[in-house]
Amino acid sequence: MSSVTKSFYDETHTVFGHHKNKFLQWIFSIDHKRIGIMYAIVMFSFFAIAVIIALLMRLELFSPGQQIMSPERYNQAFTLHGVIMIFIFIIPGIPATLGNFMLPLQIGARDVSFPRLNLFSFWIYVLGVIIAVISLFPGNGVADTGWTFYAPYSTKTGTNVVMALTAAYLLGLASILTGLNFIATVHRLRAPGMGFFKMPLFVWGLYATSWIQLLATPIVGITLILVILERVFGIGIFDPAKGGDPVLLENLFWMYSHPAVYLMILPAFGIASEIIPTFCRKPVFGYRSIAISSAMIAGIGYLVWGHHLFTSGQSDTVALIFSFLTFLVGIPTGIKFFDWIATMYKASIEFKAPMVWALGTFITFIIGGVTGLILGAVGIDIFLHDTYFVVAHFHYAILGGVVSFMFAGIHYWFPKITGRMYDDKKAKIGAYLFFIGFNVLWFPMFIAGNLGMPRRYFDYLPEFTIYHRIATVGSWIFAASLIYIFYVLYKGARYGEKAGPNPWNATTLEWQIPSPPQAENFGELPYIDFDPYEYKDGEPVHHMDLSIKEEKQHG
Amino acid sequence: MANAAVEPEIVYDKEGNAHEVVDFNNDYEGAKLGFWIFLLTEIMIFSSLFLVYGFYFDQNSSDFVQASEHMNRLLGGINTFVLLVSTLTMGLSVISLKNNDVKKSTKYIWITIVLAAIFLIIKYNEWMIEIGEGFYPSSPYLDSLGNGVKLFFGLYFTLTGLHGVHIIVGIGVMLWILSKIKKGEISSSNFVVLENTALYWDFVHIVWIIVFPIFYLIY
Repeated sequence: MSSVTKSFYDETHTVFGHHKNKFLQWIFSIDHKRIGIMYAIVMFSFFAIAVIIALLMRLELFSPGQQIMSPERYNQAFTLHGVIMIFIFIIPGIPATLGNFMLPLQIGARDVSFPRLNLFSFWIYVLGVIIAVISLFPGNGVADTGWTFYAPYSTKTGTNVVMALTAAYLLGLASILTGLNFIATVHRLRAPGMGFFKMPLFVWGLYATSWIQLLATPIVGITLILVILERVFGIGIFDPAKGGDPVLLENLFWMYSHPAVYLMILPAFGIASEIIPTFCRKPVFGYRSIAISSAMIAGIGYLVWGHHLFTSGQSDTVALIFSFLTFLVGIPTGIKFFDWIATMYKASIEFKAPMVWALGTFITFIIGGVTGLILGAVGIDIFLHDTYFVVAHFHYAILGGVVSFMFAGIHYWFPKITGRMYDDKKAKIGAYLFFIGFNVLWFPMFIAGNLGMPRRYFDYLPEFTIYHRIATVGSWIFAASLIYIFYVLYKGARYGEKAGPNPWNATTLEWQIPSPPQAENFGELPYIDFDPYEYKDGEPVHHMDLSIKEEKQHG
Repeated sequence: MANAAVEPEIVYDKEGNAHEVVDFNNDYEGAKLGFWIFLLTEIMIFSSLFLVYGFYFDQNSSDFVQASEHMNRLLGGINTFVLLVSTLTMGLSVISLKNNDVKKSTKYIWITIVLAAIFLIIKYNEWMIEIGEGFYPSSPYLDSLGNGVKLFFGLYFTLTGLHGVHIIVGIGVMLWILSKIKKGEISSSNFVVLENTALYWDFVHIVWIIVFPIFYLIY
């Protein structure tokens, strides 16, 4: 194909007519690729802010007693960190960025089913972000309830809880609309011949995630509204003085928020399932079991929320049932890991940066997952509940699982998105630095938590000093690694070599079109009568050129 | 945008069989599917509230029954009737449009809007009567009654309020549809938006069919 072909950076479809202004061309664009990039820009800006807040919190904890912020500020800091990281960064997370960009490309579609709705959900997301930012300033400042908004404190505290709740509600709505769009897209717009078991596994991850978004997010939406009504009108539903039950809030909240962690991790698993076969040059082992286990995790994940409430006074029978169901989640997750390991077995693995990221994440995520099983056991959880062990566990699972898989995905699809290649060696150094800093930062917290260090505390006893100091030093290494990673990527995007359509010799459809893709992705579509990962003797079986040729313009 | 004259794109498999590529700009089934999924999220919202209702009803059955006696069954009953008739007119407008009778369709939508407005006016007056009698959240009178009564009215205002918001949104959407029909963007060949709105309106009345007995008829 010629270099004359224009990419989606040059031309786009917009709403409200045609725009000359570059900025308007972006914010009115209904191209799924541009929307994905816009999400990424907002998300990573706030990711940086939340990382800085976390660094300040770690600095505060460097020694016992007060260093740089008051206890009240500390409460607000961890709330803000949680709200940004959960609602603004990781819940839109992989689906809104890489998912938006890659889903239509991977199934051979020219856009998502409802491109305007896609843009609308981005605007709602931005509106939610703006309200969250505004909630920092008036009155007593940002909410200090923790990101969980537990009643009765959340209905009584003088901080701007209503605004934070409204923001969270809007962000949830954006997430629902994205999920709706993806399900319709997967059902309607797959290329001819592509059955459900011929879809790439990242699509399977996104599809399972979308169902969680649809079935679980409305519950937290209405719960947040009930907390607002409780605060403003005193309807009594969560107020014990009026016969209400605060634990009901915890149940409703976790009915969403536990499935939400699977909502975060399933597309991340999908990324791993793309990277492993590509860099092993082998068909993925157990395609169907990986695909179905995504759906299984989504299903079982819906039934385990009670394990957050082991110490809330729920009955022993209920606690044991939830504990048992929690263990069941380990089965489909284990299936995935065995499939990936079996794919790597006897393969000639290419240790490119995305593969290093994926393999490093396997280790950290397994630690995160297995400590989850420890916490899922009722007896042990009573002991470890609300300690640093829990904090370390979910950061291993979310940061060392979802976010680092996301970095793996970013490194994997970077040449497709930007059209240029980063420095592989430097990217690998960034990855190693990331995992070193990560483990130094979080591993001491397992020990501190086991010794009884409670979470969300501003101060601690002197015997915990050593763990906090190691963690704080780790946080510096970690932050440095993030700066380095983004620096390497920026250099790549700016000055890297041209990547060409398929730099990794990958097999899925997004690699059969130019990098960066053109405005409507595909010229002619193939009939899909082959599996997504077909390699023979280390080479992809099918080579296609599906670019839009100059003469044949679609739409 | 929705250009019906575009020829479908065809892809051939190895045996030479033709397969149509779905055009994302003009996908009737996709639009229907998307809307059903949206209704599913609405169902999740309202069923969470019914779950909360069920939980507190189980704990405070006698208080709930006692509180239900204060409901105004006459106004509630009229409203139920009004909403059911509006569903009928909404359905008739879809049928008229499919039969290419734009004028009749527009007329039925207007009737639906008027009925929806009547519903809201009656509901507003009902709320005002209840608030006048002191049955509103955090009122001194209500706070002197049993816990179940407080929860009953807390849930009542939450559920009917949320339902009312859905009615208001519905009216807005219908006005938007009227303008689109006028411009010819919704017609007998492109009616999926109206059809989806009718689905939405059905959903709103089904919610009311559940709300009505659990608050008005349990005494």
